[in-house]
Amino acid sequence: METILNISNLHKTYKSAGRILTVLDNINFAISTGSTNAIVGPSGSGKTTLLGLCAGLDSASSGIVELNGVNLGSLGEDKRAQVRNQYVGFIFQNFQLLPTLTALENVMVPLELRGEKNIKARSLDLLDKVGLADRGHHYPAQLSGGEQQRVSLARAFSNSPKILFADEPTGNLDAETSEKVVKLIFDLNTEAGTTLVLVTHDLELAAKTHRILKIKGGKLVSDEKTVNEKAVNG
Amino acid sequence: MDNVNYNRKINFGWLFKMAVRDSRRNRARLLLFISSIVFGIAALVAIYSFKYNIQNDINGQAATLIGADLSITGNKEPGKKLQTLLDSIGGERSEERSFASMIYFTRTQGTRLVNIKALKGAFPYYGSLETTPLKAGTGFKSGKYALVDKTLMLQFTAKVGDSIKVGNATFVIAGILNKAPGQTGLSSGIAPIVYIPFQYLADTKLIGTGSRINFAYYYKFPQGYNIEKLVKKIDPALDKAEYGSDTVENRKENTGRSFGDLSRFLSLVAFIALLLGCVGVASAINIYIREKIASIAIMRCMGVKASEAFLIYLIQITGIGLIGSVAGAILGTSVQHLLPYVLKDFLPITISVSISWMAIWQGIGLGIIISVLFALLPLINIRNISPLNTLRMSFEETTTKRDPFRWLVYLLVVGFITGFSYLQLGDWLGAGVFTVGILVAFLILTAIAWLLIRFTRLLIMSSWSYILRQGFANLYRPNNQTIILTVSIGLSTAFICTLFLIQQLLISQVSLSSSGNQSNMILFDIQTSQEKPLAELTRKQGLPVLSQVPIITMRLDKVNGKTAADAKKDSTLHISPRAFAWEYRVTYRDSLTNSEQITSGKFIGKAAPGRDIPVSAEERFANRINVKVGDKLVFNVQGIMMNAYVSSIRKVNWNKIQTNFQVVFPAGVLEDAPQFHVLLTHVPSQPVSAAYQQAVVKQFPNISIIDLGLVLTVLDELLDKIGYVIKFMSGFSIVTGIIVLISSVRISKYQRIKESVLLRTMGASRRQIFSITALEYLFLGTLSASTGIVIAIGSSWLLAKYRFDMPYHVNLWPVAAMFFAITALTVIIGLLNSRGILNKPPLEVLRSNA
Repeated sequence: METILNISNLHKTYKSAGRILTVLDNINFAISTGSTNAIVGPSGSGKTTLLGLCAGLDSASSGIVELNGVNLGSLGEDKRAQVRNQYVGFIFQNFQLLPTLTALENVMVPLELRGEKNIKARSLDLLDKVGLADRGHHYPAQLSGGEQQRVSLARAFSNSPKILFADEPTGNLDAETSEKVVKLIFDLNTEAGTTLVLVTHDLELAAKTHRILKIKGGKLVSDEKTVNEKAVNG
Repeated sequence: MDNVNYNRKINFGWLFKMAVRDSRRNRARLLLFISSIVFGIAALVAIYSFKYNIQNDINGQAATLIGADLSITGNKEPGKKLQTLLDSIGGERSEERSFASMIYFTRTQGTRLVNIKALKGAFPYYGSLETTPLKAGTGFKSGKYALVDKTLMLQFTAKVGDSIKVGNATFVIAGILNKAPGQTGLSSGIAPIVYIPFQYLADTKLIGTGSRINFAYYYKFPQGYNIEKLVKKIDPALDKAEYGSDTVENRKENTGRSFGDLSRFLSLVAFIALLLGCVGVASAINIYIREKIASIAIMRCMGVKASEAFLIYLIQITGIGLIGSVAGAILGTSVQHLLPYVLKDFLPITISVSISWMAIWQGIGLGIIISVLFALLPLINIRNISPLNTLRMSFEETTTKRDPFRWLVYLLVVGFITGFSYLQLGDWLGAGVFTVGILVAFLILTAIAWLLIRFTRLLIMSSWSYILRQGFANLYRPNNQTIILTVSIGLSTAFICTLFLIQQLLISQVSLSSSGNQSNMILFDIQTSQEKPLAELTRKQGLPVLSQVPIITMRLDKVNGKTAADAKKDSTLHISPRAFAWEYRVTYRDSLTNSEQITSGKFIGKAAPGRDIPVSAEERFANRINVKVGDKLVFNVQGIMMNAYVSSIRKVNWNKIQTNFQVVFPAGVLEDAPQFHVLLTHVPSQPVSAAYQQAVVKQFPNISIIDLGLVLTVLDELLDKIGYVIKFMSGFSIVTGIIVLISSVRISKYQRIKESVLLRTMGASRRQIFSITALEYLFLGTLSASTGIVIAIGSSWLLAKYRFDMPYHVNLWPVAAMFFAITALTVIIGLLNSRGILNKPPLEVLRSNA
């Protein structure tokens, strides 16, 4: 299988109060195209930092992050932004919708940035898929948490990303809404053939992916295939 | 597999769309931020419109300023040669003699020093002598009639048909003179004009040897006549005869220049209002961008480049700046209707009010430039906002990053302020001092605020009540408004207070001079033979003769052997060529007065016969002719050359109302030269003054009297009018200051909202939150106002010492009132802003601000 994300010898350190703080220490793994993956670990283990580095939101202190064949370490922030626009979709714990844009406009932004055609129809179609076709003209503040996360999902898939990064996508939702959102994530992912990398505390959610990477104290302590992977590949 | 298009072109259409979308829920706030520039722009557009209208009016009415195509003036009877030249010029000609003299209103028995103008011919050829009744303006020359200035008529409750006595002649008042060519309301207040027919001038018997008379000849030429060529031809001969010429073009230029100065000064005052607005814009945009960090980070996550994010907000600010500038331009265009009313006493022409598109475009352009320039500092921070902020808010990392572009922006801001001030002042030094002054004030306020943030933390005691601790803690907690509020309130206070203090100083200068037992009446043109009888008359009236000073007129012929021609040719001599053209009024005495102080050399009170005369030169005069102690001077005393040398240099307090001189001769040289005398006395009241003047005019009609009490009243009125203009212009700054205050405090409302709601949720009472808010703003208001006032005292002291050269003192009561007013205003606005939080349930507040 083709590799979409390749991480090797990844280190991330911060300077804090004159001390060097190692957040990620020699992380190595590769993720294949179309797979679903979960990064789990206790609070402060470095999983969100790892997600940020994988998605090109931050640059590593050393090591290589290769996304769809592009070495992110060699790029400046603006070039990484263009990589994100072309290959990456995001889902955040606190939804991160632009508060001054309507639901429809939020979904349209990544497509507008790419200068694509037929944007409105495609975005409405995505909103329809997440069950919010009639809420397109509402502002985020006028939507419930679950609805906001569904808009966020529609936005994440709007640029047909090759890889989708989700940071605690159900962290701010109740159990019932979480279930619906998770189902949507996996359904849309399967439909679009997108690779999924999600960071979560929720082991139940992690178990729905093909592979679980466990981080502790900034180190990758385990890398396990789940039953889903075993079921797919025998 | 790297198929990424890294060269994506900037899509301006989309950026505009995003700018509009993003502004949607913030427009009211953005408009409030930008409203701080509205009044500054309005003031500038009003002044610019006024300036352009004046330029047009001067061009249109220039001929009426002079009343003729050419005027030739001098203060000596023209010699034969000059008379032949004057007769040969051609065209139509009018003649005028003018001089200062007392007039006597026979019915009301009032006397007053006026400017008598005896007129022959059809002058003015352009415009008219505006009189009531209308026909008096031309008809008064047909008999023994006079036209009397309207303020004079009012002052002496005179009526048309009354008589006035000028010297020995009596004239019937034919009309009230409302306006003469080139005359302003102000000039008529200081030296009111009385026109009499030329043919009766001799009857006054005021024209004799030694009388100080101005001779004027007015010419009108047929259309197309080359006046410039004529002037070029006759100028050398006029120069030789010590006469000068004036043409419409000349007057246009000079009038334009003096109103250029006035409008430049007013524009500078307006510019300060605008700068205050800029502080408002910069602080408001700073907070606005801070609140936008999350949105910008999301956009960056989705692939928006740093430059694109920057441009989205730049477009937004430019758009809002455009709206603010257009609003300011509309307001300014309306306000300009008031300016001719405010400034009418300073203007010699009728001012028309029309829309000046040039002024409007300049105002709008300037508004956009400054909104963008002052928003740039917070805007460039956008480039450093990391997409990582979507995962965790690392705000500190974003703002503390040192960006070399910041220095470029600082440079642009300082460059802009200096450049614009230079355009207003026309002087690099002045522009530099102005910019440095503003920078210093800004730095002091920032430093004070910074120290406050640092030290409040240490000062708060655990024994204080919760409200006290909370109120003070608001000064240093994250997202505090301490620096922004201190700078904006402090700068507004500093500027308004400086204007006020300087105005007070100027006014007190005049009051100081008029108080006490100082002389307040000057009698001059006293012949030597009248000296004693006048002193007797004065004493008989029960008045003191404070001093009697002889005055001799003379000219400077040589300075260290160099003549006027040498000084003109060789500028390295540093002798002002004009010093040779002046007629000096010199006195002689054997001692110094109490307003004089020797700064170098030695005052010699008695001249030694047969040797060079030791004279004392006034400091500034010595500088102008570049002489020091020991240097040689030659004076032309009515045809006789006198060799002198500078024995001492004096510092003179010109602010004291008494006879002061540039050159003082020793006793024993000039006693026999033709001279006149000046007498100084003190009149205790208006009725005594009137009785004394009547007695003097009756016995000595040639003697002129200046009633300083009256002059001081006119000066007071003048200062009042100047004060009114300054107040009018600084009104824009005050309104801007208040808007900046409102918008700054209002921004802090958004910062405090969550905390206040949380406090309320946890059970804090309205009263507690009210007290916490009041305490925070009370402290900020107190500190900013007091710092602003200290800066104002410093800057007004510097201005008093180095610009106006006058003693400094501060009237503490009005300053204290200003301090309390600004502090109270800060607290009131702060509390009014918090009203929303106090009066509504917490949930409603949270929802409406989500």
